[in-house]
Amino acid sequence: MATVVPLAEAVAELVRDGDSVAMEGFTHLIPYAAGHEIIRQGRRDLTLIRMTPDLVYDQLIGMGCARRLVFSWGGNPGVGSLHRFRDAVQNRWPAPLEIEEHSHAGIANAYVAGASGLPFAVLRGYRGTDLPSRTANIRPITCPFTGEELTAVPAINPDVAIVHAQRADRSGNVQLWGITGVQKEAVLAARRSLVTVEEIVEELEPRPGAVVLPGWAITRVSAAPGGSHPSYSAGYSVRDNAFYQAWDEISRDRETFLAWMGDHVLDRSATASEAGR
Amino acid sequence: MTVSPAGSYTSDEMMTVAAARRLRSGSCFVGIGLPSVAANLARRTHAPDLVLIYESGTVGAKPSRPPLSIGDGELAETADAVVSVPEIFNYWLQPGRIDVGFLGAAQIDRFGNINTTVIGPYEDPGVRLPGAGGAPEIAASCREVTVIVRQSPRAFVDRVDFVTSVGFGSGPGDRERLGLRGSGPRTVITDLGVLEPDPATCELVLTHLHPGVTLEAARAATGWELAAASGLRETEPPTAQELAALRGLTGERQ
Repeated sequence: MATVVPLAEAVAELVRDGDSVAMEGFTHLIPYAAGHEIIRQGRRDLTLIRMTPDLVYDQLIGMGCARRLVFSWGGNPGVGSLHRFRDAVQNRWPAPLEIEEHSHAGIANAYVAGASGLPFAVLRGYRGTDLPSRTANIRPITCPFTGEELTAVPAINPDVAIVHAQRADRSGNVQLWGITGVQKEAVLAARRSLVTVEEIVEELEPRPGAVVLPGWAITRVSAAPGGSHPSYSAGYSVRDNAFYQAWDEISRDRETFLAWMGDHVLDRSATASEAGR
Repeated sequence: MTVSPAGSYTSDEMMTVAAARRLRSGSCFVGIGLPSVAANLARRTHAPDLVLIYESGTVGAKPSRPPLSIGDGELAETADAVVSVPEIFNYWLQPGRIDVGFLGAAQIDRFGNINTTVIGPYEDPGVRLPGAGGAPEIAASCREVTVIVRQSPRAFVDRVDFVTSVGFGSGPGDRERLGLRGSGPRTVITDLGVLEPDPATCELVLTHLHPGVTLEAARAATGWELAAASGLRETEPPTAQELAALRGLTGERQ
């Protein structure tokens, strides 16, 4: 049964230097508060896994937490580049960043294989592209029944998965709804898991279309109200598109970026809700 | 600004309107940016029943304005169904259920191959672009693909620096050889005109020029020797209704 603990305690216990960490949430429910806590605790040499690195990994990369990035689309949606990601790849700042690059379909299937206890996943994908020549973890495979040539990717089994959800009960059962992305797969594929939630409630009222993650399948749950900002939590907040646009300027320059992170993330006097802003 | 009976309009507006006109009924897997604006314009004007599908898992989304991201809340709130990301790619895209894929590009080559990964060498890129996202499988599996991209010598290159998504590979027969089930890029809409693959060679040739654009200008904006189709035509300028709908969509965008 998942234990409900404060966020700083959960991150200190679950995330270690050198770990592979998957923080998922497809545009929606991105676990920013947990990402900021990892930055404050100064974790290093992480392998960061995420379909869309988004601003949260731009921040982790720019603050020097990452050694390697496994991803499928590294942009600021509708705005442009992730400048800290680009600076790391193009100029090795603040440190060299190894990359393992996929398509969305490839990573989604790798999580499914991880959650399913399979060594790899099969898909119709990547054929004819230059991705297999750059990513060793994309290989051709022949169907044993039809002889058709398809593509295989190895399972992703992160050391830790971190996702954000709308709510949990005191036993650590978690409920999330709206765009649910690959969060369920990431949690079930991981060795350890942390779910941050908007609120802890006495009882989870059933909700049509919601994904429920039973507490016994999760390691730790932490309350982090507002913890998906500038992403959003349907029913609690809306996506802060103005912040995504503002990030383009904040992150373009190294010094401006570091100053912003100092004021808004590293400064512990910032409240939990401000930490996401 | 070009002037039509409907008033003046920009080359980007002409491009978006021309792209929207290609969509009728059926389903469309929508890429981010220009494709999303065009697909939403089609649904607002002549194609109200068009099913918009975003890779966030929102099937049949009916946003009141083009979303900034492919996962804005309004997409989920207005969708017929919201499915997981593995499901959208495995159950919906991969089997070839979706009629049209609407994609953008940083670079596109004469065979309609798309690069959204790097400009320059992969190990030491001049510009690191966002990467593949959903595009490789959209380009492989939708019944057909429309690409929307501004035309310039930097974007329209003889050979892309990196094949992120396959058009016709290196020519006729490549899609079949690779087992790609969709028919590939049937239309490339730019701010200057429209390109379509030559049926015999698969090379993109110019089939339409937008009003006021010359063949010379289109050729100067293309990094290969651009051929014009024998029946080269002029695009109908945007109607007053199309322009009003488009400006209503983009003006409201926050």
